[in-house]
Amino acid sequence: MKSNLSALAAGLLFGLGLMLSGMTNPGEVLGFLDWSGVWSPDLIGVLGSAVLVSLIGFQLARRKDKPWFEAEFPALPKKPIDRPLLIGNLLFGLGWGLAGYCPGPAIAGLALGNEEVLVFLVAMLGGGFLQQWWARKRSDQ
Amino acid sequence: MLTELDPASHWLAGQIAGIHLFTVAGGLMIGAAAVLLYHAIGRIAGVSGIFFTGMKTGGLWRLLFLGGIVAGAGLGAQLFPTLNIVSRPNPGFWILVLSGLLVGWGTRQGGGCTSGHGVCGLGRLSPRSLVAVLVFMAAGIFTASLLRHWLGVPA
Repeated sequence: MKSNLSALAAGLLFGLGLMLSGMTNPGEVLGFLDWSGVWSPDLIGVLGSAVLVSLIGFQLARRKDKPWFEAEFPALPKKPIDRPLLIGNLLFGLGWGLAGYCPGPAIAGLALGNEEVLVFLVAMLGGGFLQQWWARKRSDQ
Repeated sequence: MLTELDPASHWLAGQIAGIHLFTVAGGLMIGAAAVLLYHAIGRIAGVSGIFFTGMKTGGLWRLLFLGGIVAGAGLGAQLFPTLNIVSRPNPGFWILVLSGLLVGWGTRQGGGCTSGHGVCGLGRLSPRSLVAVLVFMAAGIFTASLLRHWLGVPA
């Protein structure tokens, strides 16, 4: 119960933050990613302040044995810096710069009367499942 | 006094002044949300991972987190309707499809997105996430600049 309520509260705060910060406006995102014209620095403010809070919060969490409402911290897999990481993030970035949406803001956009995100989210779901099908097929061989 | 500054620091001062209060406040909330989720239940607030795992295997906390994102954004739009804008032309159906396919595929293959690798990964000082952020930022800057400048897509 407390776990689920915390997840809901975190989601609410996350969505509110995405909206207020301008991340849900793909024009703002593209203004930051487009270095060919007038550059808009706002996303530095968003990412910078978010990372600052996260840095403090995650370092404080190192001193804790367990989360407040769960028995333990789920183990995070230690993975190397490998080809899938590089290629995956390359493709993600190429797509991000095309329309200005990454997953969080696109999901938040469902509440904002923005029909673009419906098309984007269906395609995003398709792309993700396609990748997992492809990865399974490759590992079977 | 300002005239004594060299052009480079003028430019930098202008850029810093151009960062608006709301963007910083919003960023602080995003960071706080990620910290809350980790301290409360030990989960990383990576939206792409939560979204795909949630769609495939469910998990109430995932659906509540995602629903919270939608509701929180809706609340923000109610409180500050002037911030709810899309300040670029609609890129069209096929660009949206291509963009969505790339983001979906890429975040699955690369194990995260702006929130998981960006906000949480950098906060956790993960070398993998730092590499991920550098790669997706560079790629995003490449496409956005290419489209809007060299290919003349209106913005």
